[in-house]
Amino acid sequence: MPDITSEQVAHLANLARIALTPDEIEKLTGELSHIVDSVAKVTEVATPDVPATSHPVTLPNVLRPDVVGETLTQQQALSGAPDTDGERFRVTAILGEEQ
Amino acid sequence: MAAKDALMDFDEAIERFEPVLGFEVHVELATKTKMFSDAPNFFGGEPNTNVTPVDLGLPGSLPVVNEQAVRFSINLGLALGCSIAESSRFSRKNYFYPDNPKNYQISQYDEPIAFEGEVEVELADGTLFQVPIERAHMEEDAGKLTHVGGATGRIQGAEYSLVDYNRAGVPLVEIVTKPIFGAAHRAPELGAAYVQVIRDLVRALGVSEARMERGNLRCDANISLRPWGQEKLGTRTETKNVNSFRAVERAIRYEIQRQAAILADGGTITQETRHWHEDTGRTSAGRPKSDADDYRYFPEPDLLPVVPDPAMIEELRASLPEAPVARRRRLKGEWGFADLEFQDVVNGGLLDEVEATVAAGAPAQAARKWWTGEISRVANTQDAAAGDLVSPAHVAELITLVESGDLTDRLARQVLEGVIAGEGSPSAVVESRGLKVVSDDSALTAAVDEALAAQPDVLAKIKDGKVQAAGAIIGAVMKSMRGQADAARVRELVLERAQA
Amino acid sequence: MTDDITKLSAAALADALVARDVSSVEATQAHLDRIAAVDGDVHAFLHVNENALGVAKSIDSRRAAGDDLGALAGVPVAIKDVLCTLDMPSTSGSKILEGWVPPYDATPVAKLRRAGLVPLGKTNMDEFAMGSTTEFSAYGPTHNPWDLDRIPGGSGGGSAAAVAAHEAPLALGSDTGGSIRQPGAVTGTVGVKPTYGGVSRYGSIALASSLDQVGPVARTVLDAALLHDVIGGHDPRDSTSIRDEWPSFAAAARDGLQADTLKGLRVGVVKELAGGEGFQAGVTQRFQETVAILEAAGAVVVEIDAPSFAYAISAYYLILPAEASSNLAKFDSVRFGLRVTPEGGATVEDVMAATREAGFGPEVKRRIILGTYALSAGYYDAYYGSAQKVRTLVQRDFDKAFEQVDLLVSPSAPTTAFPLGERLDDPLSMYLNDLTTIPANLAGVPGMSIPNGLAPEDGLPTGVQLMAPQREDARLYRYGAALERLLEQQWGAPLIDRIPDLDFSQQSAAEEGVV
Repeated sequence: MPDITSEQVAHLANLARIALTPDEIEKLTGELSHIVDSVAKVTEVATPDVPATSHPVTLPNVLRPDVVGETLTQQQALSGAPDTDGERFRVTAILGEEQ
Repeated sequence: MAAKDALMDFDEAIERFEPVLGFEVHVELATKTKMFSDAPNFFGGEPNTNVTPVDLGLPGSLPVVNEQAVRFSINLGLALGCSIAESSRFSRKNYFYPDNPKNYQISQYDEPIAFEGEVEVELADGTLFQVPIERAHMEEDAGKLTHVGGATGRIQGAEYSLVDYNRAGVPLVEIVTKPIFGAAHRAPELGAAYVQVIRDLVRALGVSEARMERGNLRCDANISLRPWGQEKLGTRTETKNVNSFRAVERAIRYEIQRQAAILADGGTITQETRHWHEDTGRTSAGRPKSDADDYRYFPEPDLLPVVPDPAMIEELRASLPEAPVARRRRLKGEWGFADLEFQDVVNGGLLDEVEATVAAGAPAQAARKWWTGEISRVANTQDAAAGDLVSPAHVAELITLVESGDLTDRLARQVLEGVIAGEGSPSAVVESRGLKVVSDDSALTAAVDEALAAQPDVLAKIKDGKVQAAGAIIGAVMKSMRGQADAARVRELVLERAQA
Repeated sequence: MTDDITKLSAAALADALVARDVSSVEATQAHLDRIAAVDGDVHAFLHVNENALGVAKSIDSRRAAGDDLGALAGVPVAIKDVLCTLDMPSTSGSKILEGWVPPYDATPVAKLRRAGLVPLGKTNMDEFAMGSTTEFSAYGPTHNPWDLDRIPGGSGGGSAAAVAAHEAPLALGSDTGGSIRQPGAVTGTVGVKPTYGGVSRYGSIALASSLDQVGPVARTVLDAALLHDVIGGHDPRDSTSIRDEWPSFAAAARDGLQADTLKGLRVGVVKELAGGEGFQAGVTQRFQETVAILEAAGAVVVEIDAPSFAYAISAYYLILPAEASSNLAKFDSVRFGLRVTPEGGATVEDVMAATREAGFGPEVKRRIILGTYALSAGYYDAYYGSAQKVRTLVQRDFDKAFEQVDLLVSPSAPTTAFPLGERLDDPLSMYLNDLTTIPANLAGVPGMSIPNGLAPEDGLPTGVQLMAPQREDARLYRYGAALERLLEQQWGAPLIDRIPDLDFSQQSAAEEGVV
């Protein structure tokens, strides 16, 4: 298994939107390499003939009828927000584009 | 402001390069509730009043799949000629954005509900294209962002943004085509026609209102160019914000011209998302596609697989409505319209309305004339959709009144005005406005006599055999009757009384 | 009187309430007093419910009026801070949710309230349930009531400590890789992880969606059963919750007290989890003694080989971080929680990144980065994809095992409570605390930890873990109750009676800078 580099960790931190400090990146790089080494052994038994299991319990077709339920009030919806204009959540300028 | 893109002449571009198209169309489903929560699914409303903890992505909230959305998706997949998955599952598409309440979207990745289909698209001149469909899958919509402080209300230069999650969680089906080859210079037309076919299809199924102007139907257009004969595909761009059929056509045309100019100059196309600007008729560069687009898809652990019931699939398949192209062919034949006449109706988006009016008893040609004529004219002045102004039943009633002689065309237009204004049915308006054609001969005769008496010189001419002179009398009578007379009958009476 | 009330089991307290020997107000007050007296040392609670007495009073009124009340009505209960409560902050042990009061109740909490239990407060936990010692709580660790210098286990150290210290007769916890069972083992209490899907996850702040379960924490098997009966069952808001009706677990626990319950029971000892290397000697010893007790009672014990269990921790530490990295993306400063705005004109991307940097602790960051890695393009198949295959193998090993036996047993944790701070610098060694409990989460089978003694070398509690097939939670209660009685007969009294007294003199010692 290839080693994790600090560039990779920096890239991952960006994907995960965490502003890690350079110290943190360095420390994490070491820790993660170590961890990844030990967990990589899963590939030993994960042969092509073994199917993956996403859910411990199999229950197909869990569906809900198309019937309206209760919604939050606007006040409840906004209740935890750090910043609003009274009816919408407010955020600072956006850099990226919509997906 | 970026320098203007160089554009190659369109025909030259097509001569030198082969365009390859692809479309991702998002259809908002007309279910009562959202995809994964039981908040109502409707357009509008005060911000953030149409949300549950699930739609806000509050900690601890969990999604539950809407069975009607599944049904609609299967129905749509069948109508696209797709195979329906035996087992279908949801996946998380992970990316951060303020309108994305969980910072992942629940979508479908490796096991979409429908795949491998084909849609027939007919162009204006009857040319047919088979558009291959890669897949149709279910996903949820994001919230709505409003950008404040910038010049155009767009992201660039905005001071801050406001988020409304009312739309977050609304059910979407994304229809993805395979690369579309062979359109050549008809590519722009084909694009517009394809989106229109999708719109007609989802409306016919009743799974979506599909109004592009409301965002119920959204189109992203992918275009790439390659030299004719080359097998390797060129780099493609994805153009968003294409909000009407016309925009689809224009955007494709623009991109072909823009890309051709770059390639001819020895340049390379940047793989990126572009934004269509309706006002300037150009696309502009968005964010380049990069590593930042690693969505890290994995199967949604909070949801279980959807295993469609084969019996339900067959039931839906059996009740699929006629494909739009086949339907058009049939109606054109039934109505006996000439090509251009039929095209008028289709281009005006009035096929449903004409069909309904005929069903309500009106002759097809009359229905066509009214819908593509006066009603469309009024619709344009009001910046509204013709179908919103008046019901087919009322139009049929109006036509009947004209056919029976109760109304002249001119009177009928006044009645229509009243119906549109909400004064009631055509009969009611005739009554309340007193617009009926006077068919009482005695009243007409009196008016004719009066007019003849008032213009003795004209009377003399008529007696003399100069029948055309009757026109002046007819005009006078029509005026005195405020148009509420059958001009032909008036003419008869004028000639009769003049000779008397 | 206070002391007497807090020493009662929940079942005994419930009986006393029904008999009107004590009121809910008295019972609640007694526990609030106990919290006031000892929680300065123990730090099990992050928040005490100001309205507890009000709730207790209304239960008393309803009882007086002759209302039909649930079996546990009027009994106080502590709630792990991972669960959303609409009248108390729900932080999941993190700074990023400091002070956040949800606009809704988690389903298990709603069920508690409907059943008339009295929420006492929210208990401490490792941040976002990531940890096995509660040292990763952003609000300071909880101290093991058996020895305040030691860990109470994790991530649900607060709930276990609260119950062990008699601050509450019952508590709710959550278990993703052992977070109920392992604290149970090191605090001498009972903890149960239900079958996956047995209790609704709606309102439980998600860590790893395919592994999390909410479950009961108590001092006796019957108490845990009574609480499990209240919180379990289908919830249409949780797609992964099981639809089937569950039998009464309290009935199963009572049933287990019949003579000869264990006779002929086929018990499997999982070779890979049976002790020896990686296990503290005293833990192994007590486990072997427990197995001997089972045999003496007529159980047939066989060794079970589950080779895939050797890969379970590795699979777990790929699946969990992957799911967690996605589940924790919602903490972005926009709709709730902390917002940190860096200086000088920050974009929302900057604000998100600064907020998460400030709001998440080191273990959370570690796992998010690891999880993001495991899901990345190019690494998915090798890591997350492979881990999901190990999961299949673990399930198969359990299936095979349960063809041969009715119950599986193992130690609940490899060691007793070690000193606070001992493993903070070595994440990998931390992960080994969950060695015996992780397989049950991967497979979705239910597991229970009950105290099975004090380790001879340090006098600290050890636990034995029982596991049953999916949906057979009743077996845990039946056989757990039977085993509990045998153990207590051997000891002469419940193990928890041997917990040292916590009093004010200890409080000042703790303040002098333990951890």
